Amino acid sequence: MTDSTSTERLGMRLGYRFNLVGMSAVGIILLWTGIALFAPRIIPHSVGEIVDTDYFGPMSRDLWFGSDYLGRDIFSRILMGARYTLGISLAAVTIACFSGVALGMTAAVAGGWYDSMLSRFLDALNSIPSKLFGLVVVAAVGSSIPALIGTLSVIYTPGAYRFARALAVNVNTMDFIVVARIRGERLPYLIASEILPNILGPVLADLGLRFVFIVLLLSGLSFLGLGVQPPYADWGALVRENIAGLPFGAPAVIFPSLAIASLTISVNLLIDNLPRRIRDRGAE
Amino acid sequence: MTVNLVEIRNLRVEATTDAGRRVEIIKGVDLDIARGEIVALIGESGSGKTTIAMTLMGYARQGCAITGGEVRVAGMDMVSLSEAERAKIRGTCVAYVPQSAAAAFNPALTIMDQVTGVARIHRLMSAAEAQAKALLLFKALSLPEPETIGNRYPHQVSGGQLQRLAAAMALIGQPKVVIFDEPTTALDVTTQVEVLRAFKSVTAQHNIAGVYVSHDLAVVAQIADRIVVLKDGTVQETGTTDQILEDAQHPYTRQLLAAFRPKTQQRAPDNDGATKRPLLEVDNLTVGYGPRSRDGQPLINAVQAVSLKLDRGRNLGIIGESGCGKSTLARAIAGILPAHAGNIVFNGRELGKAGRNRTRNELREIQIVFQHADTALNPAKSVGDILRRPLTFYHGMRGKARDARVNELLDLVRLPKSVRHRLPGELSGGQKQRVNFARALAAEPTLILCDEITSALDTVVAAAVVELLKELQRELGISYIFISHDLSVVEAICDEIIVMYRGQKVEQITTTRLSAPQHPYTRLLFSSVPKLDPDWLDNLKQDADELRAYSQR
Repeated sequence: MTDSTSTERLGMRLGYRFNLVGMSAVGIILLWTGIALFAPRIIPHSVGEIVDTDYFGPMSRDLWFGSDYLGRDIFSRILMGARYTLGISLAAVTIACFSGVALGMTAAVAGGWYDSMLSRFLDALNSIPSKLFGLVVVAAVGSSIPALIGTLSVIYTPGAYRFARALAVNVNTMDFIVVARIRGERLPYLIASEILPNILGPVLADLGLRFVFIVLLLSGLSFLGLGVQPPYADWGALVRENIAGLPFGAPAVIFPSLAIASLTISVNLLIDNLPRRIRDRGAE
Repeated sequence: MTVNLVEIRNLRVEATTDAGRRVEIIKGVDLDIARGEIVALIGESGSGKTTIAMTLMGYARQGCAITGGEVRVAGMDMVSLSEAERAKIRGTCVAYVPQSAAAAFNPALTIMDQVTGVARIHRLMSAAEAQAKALLLFKALSLPEPETIGNRYPHQVSGGQLQRLAAAMALIGQPKVVIFDEPTTALDVTTQVEVLRAFKSVTAQHNIAGVYVSHDLAVVAQIADRIVVLKDGTVQETGTTDQILEDAQHPYTRQLLAAFRPKTQQRAPDNDGATKRPLLEVDNLTVGYGPRSRDGQPLINAVQAVSLKLDRGRNLGIIGESGCGKSTLARAIAGILPAHAGNIVFNGRELGKAGRNRTRNELREIQIVFQHADTALNPAKSVGDILRRPLTFYHGMRGKARDARVNELLDLVRLPKSVRHRLPGELSGGQKQRVNFARALAAEPTLILCDEITSALDTVVAAAVVELLKELQRELGISYIFISHDLSVVEAICDEIIVMYRGQKVEQITTTRLSAPQHPYTRLLFSSVPKLDPDWLDNLKQDADELRAYSQR
């Protein structure tokens, strides 16, 4: 406890307040990032190697998280899976939110036919079922990690666009936007400097939610054979392929689920508890 | 047995800031209210007047708490009661009329449902009795069509009517004390007269005591028996209305009074060089909203064929009630809302109707300052960033020269340099309006359009802002077009005044001839401005025909 209060005091001195929940969320995210980076060096067994004679084996000294439906080591598979889940989801969510938010703000500021065209086009894109879309892509360009990232980004861009546009439309009616326009400002300045800082909070919260959706969709797409190929698997795929172990209470299905939960909950807790600037400077 | 209906003793209220620091916002206030007496709490924003009024209901805003003292209402101490007991008292013994009735009514329910809600919640009477009672109150508050107005929804009545309906809602539980929280601040002067009259007669009729929170001394003078002047959470001065108005002791009270005194204005000497080109000439400008019909007319014409002329270094006032098109006119001149007919000639050159058809230099020369500094300043950018942008944009300034100019600008509007690093949300209303103004000055314009820039400010602060504008004009030779619904402000700064009504210019008058307006609407408008005389409202005689002809209520 003394430790946390001292770090809190340090944050206060810097003019920011960062609470304990936010800091533990950062800790978990950093832990997973570290694992993703160094996974090949720390895994005890190879991911494809069958090390257990039984399937859905229990936790043991050798196999920490038990074995999967083929008798492979789940612990190693989760550590390696972190690379795909973290890497692909993070890349996809970044691309989806960046393009969605940029287009959304542009549409809100520009308005008129540009807004209508873009909105209808992205609505149309939104109406295509995501898994079907994934199948079409894999049929067209084959499966690879870049294709997977691209597909996930395209699927989640319309949502981010709608969200950002709705926020930006509200900000766009404020007087300070009128002042900037009548000063003669151009579009890039308006969106980057006047609108973005005002919608950043909700946009980040949306990013956190979208990250969770992408992690879940990723597992579904892997099942369809798009992207992460066996013997490698992302966490979602690990849950799915071991789902048969559920009646036996196999650790093979529980631990990947816990991994997904810990990452997605941490991302959201971090976004909800970002360091906040202390406005009341008189307290120092 | 207590003599007074309300006795507040040594009241303390504390707020907790986001750094966990506790700040005392009410510092030991004593206050008594007798039965049937109306006491006004007056002071600038942040003086704690609303906070004190709210403690009568045992309520403190989020993040605040009553930490000491007692608030006895009809013998019960609101501070020590439980929340459930307070809820019983609210509405039946103490009631509240909010500043913005529009925000206080639920748009999805009929007015009658909401007015009789208090009776229903406290099970005071049957629904039929409550409706009969509401009808009596509607009549007492001189609402139009009292029989049917209850069936309407809040958006179907005007602001002045809604404010009176909020009073009806407060009065239906037959409270002993009513808290009026700046109930007329958002209304036009002609509407304010009616609402004040209604409040005054109803409270007298039912012998209701009241707390009237306001920053407008002239309004308070009409309705209050006693005035309590507050500053920084302490009582500065208490006295009967006459005492305060005639023999104010405290410097702050005198400042408040001084803001009402007619101002002597030094005018620029009349240049009778008639050959001089006017700075701005607006000719038959028509502006409207909505889709255009086949002949190019918009759906609604907000400004119809208005012409005006402004000489360099002179000021023009535009006054009228809300909805008369005065702001639309300013927006059309600035190029925000393109006019669809007429000409705007600035400095001898015809300007494009829309801002995008004007050159950067033309845009620079006309700056507009908006009423709400809250929305006119980007809440996510520091004051320094806000002021730096026009310097870079129009003058290409960078680095040290730009920082020096920012300091100069802050100095011009009498703000300390330290506010550079602050966000607009951390400034007071008056400070924000100064930043708003400094941004316009940064462009080095020749004409500034001021759209109601003082109406969101307290009397004393507004007077200071107007004083600042005059000084800047002397130093920099800027011209202003000053839009307001407040005659006294316009009078203080303008050489000529245009009176607008329903999108048309009804009269143009010089400030020296203000006492003799020609047009009946101008007469009505001018006579509705409250005066410091406590008998003003009672003696005010307005021509009933004129009232009817020009009231949009």
